[in-house]
Amino acid sequence: MAEASEYEAALAEIRAGVARAVARHRGDPGLLIQMLLELQAEFRWLPEELIAELARALGVPLARIYRVATFYKAFSLAPKGRHVLRVCTGAACQVRGAALVVAVAEQLLKVARGETTPDMRWTLETVNCVGCCPIAPVVLCGDDYHGKVTPAAVRELLAKYA
Amino acid sequence: MTAATVGLEIDGRAVTVPADATVLGAAQAAGIEVPTLCWHEKVAVYGGCRLCVVEVEGRAGPRLVVACGYPVAEGLRVRTRSPRVDRTRRTILELTAPLVTDDACLKGKLRRFAEEYGADAGRFAAGAVPDPTGCTLCGLCVHTCAEVVGAQAIGFAGRGMDRQVVYFPDAGCEYRSCKKCFSVCFTGKIARESAATVFPGASIREWLAAHGVAVHSLRAFMERRR
Amino acid sequence: MPRLASVADLEALRERLRTAADAGRARIAVCTGTACHAYGCEAVADAFERAVAERGLAGTLAVRRTGCHGFCERGTWVAVHPEDTCYDRVDPADAGRIVDAVAAGAVAEDLVYADPVSGARIARAADIPFYRRQQRTVLGPNRWLDPGDIEDYVRGGGYAALARVLSGMRPEEVIAAVGAAGLRGRGGAGFPTGAKWEAARRAGGAPKWVVVNCDEGDPGAYMDRSLMEGNPHAVLEGLAIGAYAVGARGGVMYVRWEYPLATRNADRAIVQAREYGLLGERVLGTDFAFDVRVHRGAGAFVSGEETAMLAAIEGRPGEPSLKYVYPAERGLHGKPTVINNVETWANVPLIVERGPTWFGSLGTARSKGTKIFSLVGKVNNTGLVEVPMGMTLRELVYDVGGGIPRGRRFKALQIGGPSGGIVGEEALDTPVDFEALTAIGAMMGSGGIVVMDDTTCVVAAVRDLVAFCHDEVCGKCVPGREGMRLLRGWMDDICAGRADASVLARVPDVTEVMREASLCALCVTATNPVQTSLRYFSAEYAAHVEGRRCPAKVCPDLLEYRISAQKCDVACTACLQNCPTEGAILGRKGTRKQIDQEKCVKCGVCIEVCPTRFTAVAKFSGEPVPKAFRTVPA
Repeated sequence: MAEASEYEAALAEIRAGVARAVARHRGDPGLLIQMLLELQAEFRWLPEELIAELARALGVPLARIYRVATFYKAFSLAPKGRHVLRVCTGAACQVRGAALVVAVAEQLLKVARGETTPDMRWTLETVNCVGCCPIAPVVLCGDDYHGKVTPAAVRELLAKYA
Repeated sequence: MTAATVGLEIDGRAVTVPADATVLGAAQAAGIEVPTLCWHEKVAVYGGCRLCVVEVEGRAGPRLVVACGYPVAEGLRVRTRSPRVDRTRRTILELTAPLVTDDACLKGKLRRFAEEYGADAGRFAAGAVPDPTGCTLCGLCVHTCAEVVGAQAIGFAGRGMDRQVVYFPDAGCEYRSCKKCFSVCFTGKIARESAATVFPGASIREWLAAHGVAVHSLRAFMERRR
Repeated sequence: MPRLASVADLEALRERLRTAADAGRARIAVCTGTACHAYGCEAVADAFERAVAERGLAGTLAVRRTGCHGFCERGTWVAVHPEDTCYDRVDPADAGRIVDAVAAGAVAEDLVYADPVSGARIARAADIPFYRRQQRTVLGPNRWLDPGDIEDYVRGGGYAALARVLSGMRPEEVIAAVGAAGLRGRGGAGFPTGAKWEAARRAGGAPKWVVVNCDEGDPGAYMDRSLMEGNPHAVLEGLAIGAYAVGARGGVMYVRWEYPLATRNADRAIVQAREYGLLGERVLGTDFAFDVRVHRGAGAFVSGEETAMLAAIEGRPGEPSLKYVYPAERGLHGKPTVINNVETWANVPLIVERGPTWFGSLGTARSKGTKIFSLVGKVNNTGLVEVPMGMTLRELVYDVGGGIPRGRRFKALQIGGPSGGIVGEEALDTPVDFEALTAIGAMMGSGGIVVMDDTTCVVAAVRDLVAFCHDEVCGKCVPGREGMRLLRGWMDDICAGRADASVLARVPDVTEVMREASLCALCVTATNPVQTSLRYFSAEYAAHVEGRRCPAKVCPDLLEYRISAQKCDVACTACLQNCPTEGAILGRKGTRKQIDQEKCVKCGVCIEVCPTRFTAVAKFSGEPVPKAFRTVPA
C-alpha cells in the first residue's frame, strides 16, 4: 500500500539520521543533548519513532531520552508548522509591549501561544530573551530577526512568509 | 570501611562518625530524628524536599543546610531544632500539603510531621495546585526503580510546574513480582491508585498529550495528514 | 596558515601582520551582531565590499564584518577607523557615499550618527555622549575586530598574554596575578576568581576542566552574546590561561541555544586556534596541552547554575544538585572544574598583559575593574556599556544613557535580571559595586539594567519577572517549585484586580522559605524583585489591590480602551481595519467607532493606528469615564 511504504520510507530516513548523529558523536550518551539538537534541526521535531531508535542505538533506556527531551524547551515532541514565529518575552521586550504583540499574533493566527495552526503553516511560540534588547520588541521567524515590532506591524510580518 | 573518623557536635552532643558521613547519617547514628521525605538509605541523595534542613555554624554565621547531603567536618556544630529550623520545616510542610490533599487531611508520615511542627495543611490551599495529585515529586519511586531495580520503567518528564512521574510501558517493568515503588511511596498514592499491579501514573504518551503534544508519532502524523 | 610552534613564531607572525603592506589600510567595520541582522547588516556589508571593489580601493580600504558594537538601537552601525567615525542606521544604498568620503579623507556628514536628544551630528566616537563616559577595556575590540579571522586578533595584540604565561610564568604566579587584581565573577555572584582557581589547582583529581558559562539568560542582558560573537578569541585566550593555571586539559564553552551566531563564531575560533597551534597537544610548541569544544544548550535558564550546567554537559537534564562540595573540587565528571562567566574569562588576558595593579586601579575598594552592562528599556541611548565599577546608577542612566526619552519621567530601574531588584529614584545614587547593590536589596547580576518610566507598571514588570522564573524553575525542590507557583498566582491575581490585602500578607512567609531553603540561587534570588518592589513601590501595589487600578495604564485586566465621540472622525476607519479581533470595534465608515469591552483583548493596535490629528483612543483604569468616551447603545 502506498501509505505503508510512505511511512516505511520516512522511518528509514529517521533511522539513517539517527545513525549519522550517533556516529558523529561516537555513540557517547553523554552527548545526548547535542545529538537531539541536530536531529531536531534535521527533522523539525522528535517523533516517538526517532526517540525509540535513538534509545536503541545508544543502548540507554527510553526514560533517559524522554527525561532530557521533555526537560528542554528546544525540543519539540509535536510536529511544528512550516514557520515558527517566536516572540521574545524578555524583560526589555515586555517593557516595550511584547505582550501586545503576542495578543495580536494569537488573534491573527487563531492559535494560542505554543500551538500550531491546523494547516501546519504556523507555530506560535514565545521565547526567552534573545539578547537583542535595544530593538525590542523582537520577533524571530526562522533565522530572521525582526526588531521594534509593534502590534500593528504583525499582520505585515506574517504576510512576508509563504 | 574508612579508617578516618570525624568528631562533630549535634544539639550539644559530641558525635563521632566516619569522615565520609553526612550530617543526617551522624544524627541518625546518635539517635536524633531529623524529618525527611525524599531521602532513603538505598538511593543516592536527592536533596529535593528540603525538610531535613538543619542549622550549621559557618564563617558568615549560622545557615540552613540539608542534613541529607551536608558532609560532616571536624568540629562542625549542628542544631537540628531551632525557631528558624522549625519555621522553615513548617512552611515546607504547608507548601507540600496541597499536592497531597484538598481537605487539609494528611496521612502517615506527613501527618505526623505536620502535627509536630504545627503546620496548617490548608494554609496555601487556595492558589496552589488545582487538583492534588497525591504526588509530592519526591522522586523515591523513580530513583528506586533506577538504582535498586535497574529498570527505569518510571521517570520524570517535564520541568518545573509540568514535572511529573510517568510510566514507560515498553520498559522492563516486572510489576507482578516487583512493586518496589509501592513501598517507598509515603503518600500511599501508588498503592492506592493502582488498578492492577502496575504503576498508576500517566504513561509518557498521556503526559505528552496533556502537555500540548496531540500528535506524537510519525505514524499518527501521517495518518492525520491524509 | 602557519602552525605556530613557539612563542617566537607568534611574535614573528604578529610583526609580519603589523608591517604588511595592507596593515595601514583604513578599515570600514560593519557591525554584524545579532541585533544588526534585524536591520539587514549582511546586505550593508556586501554593499561596502562591492563599493570598494568597484572603485578599486581594496589596497587602501578594508571592509570587515565585526561583532556587536553595542549601540543596537541604531543599527546597522558602521565605524570607520582609524578616525573612529560613526555612521548609524546605515542602508546598503549609503555604502557608496561613505566609501567615497573615506577615500577622500572626509566624512559623509548627513549619514553620521545624530544624537537622539539634541539632534546634533557627531562624527567621532570619542565625542558621542554614549561612549564618552565609558571605559571599553573588554568591549573595545568589538568595534573593529573581525571575529572570524584569528590573524586580525593577533595583529591587534591577541594571544600575547597566553604567550607571556607560557614563557616562564608558573601556574601559581598566574593565579596570584588574578587574585591580586581582585577580579570577581561577572556572572552575578561576584565570587573572587583567584580563590576559585586556587581551589581547583589544589584539588586532587584529573583531568581537570575549565568551562565558559555563556548561558546568559537574564532577560534584558546580552553582554555575553556580544563578547562571544564579537571576540571569541579573547574568551578562548582567557580560558587557556586559566587552564594552564589550574592544570586543566579540557575546556567546554557552554553556549545557550538562543545564541546561534555566538555558537558559530566560537566554533570557528576554536578551529582556527587549533590550526595555528594555539590549542591542541603542544600549545605554542610547549608542554601545555589544552583543547576546547562547544556545548550547545537546549533552552533552559536554570542550566546556567553551575551544577546544572555540569549535568547538562554530561548529557543529563540541566537541573541543579547539592553544592556543598564546590565544582572547583568535584565538578565535571567528578573532577575539579572552574566555571566562569564569559566576561570574567575575557578580563583575564588583560590582567596578565597590563598587570593586576592596572586592573586594581579601576573600580572601587572591593569591586575592581570594569563591568559591562546592557542598558535597555526607556532610555535614550540603549546598548552595551562598559564602565568602571563605582559609577552611580544615576550617571549610567543620565550621562551614559542620555536620560528618559519623549520627556517622560524616570520611575524605576531593574538591575540584575530576575535575580536582581527593582529600585526607585531613591537608589539612583548607588554606585555599581557588588556590596553596595546588595545593600539596597538588588544585585549586580550579570549586568542587565532595564530602565522604566512613568508609562511602565512596576507591578506588571515584577509579574513578568516572576512569570519568567516560574516558567524556568527545574521543579526539583519544594520551596522553589511551590513557592514560585504561589508567587506567580498571586502576582497574576494582583495584576488582574483579583487579589485582596491578604495576598500581600502571605507573601513574606513564602519568600522567606524560598530564601532559606531553596536548592539553588534561582529561587532564592527570584524573590528579589518581589521584595524590592514591595519596599520601593508599595503604593503601586496598593492601587492594584485596593483600588483595582493600574496607575501606569498597563495591566490589561484593569484597563479599558475607549474612543472619544468628540475626537473620532466618522470618515476614518483606521482602527476598524487594523483591529485583529472580529467585532471588537463597532461602527463603520460614517459613524463614530466604539469599542466592545467584552471582546476587546487590549492589544493596543487601535491607539497606535489612530491618526495623531485625532488621537481619539484613550486608556482608562479605575477612574471615572468622561462623557465623551462613554458607550452609547448602537
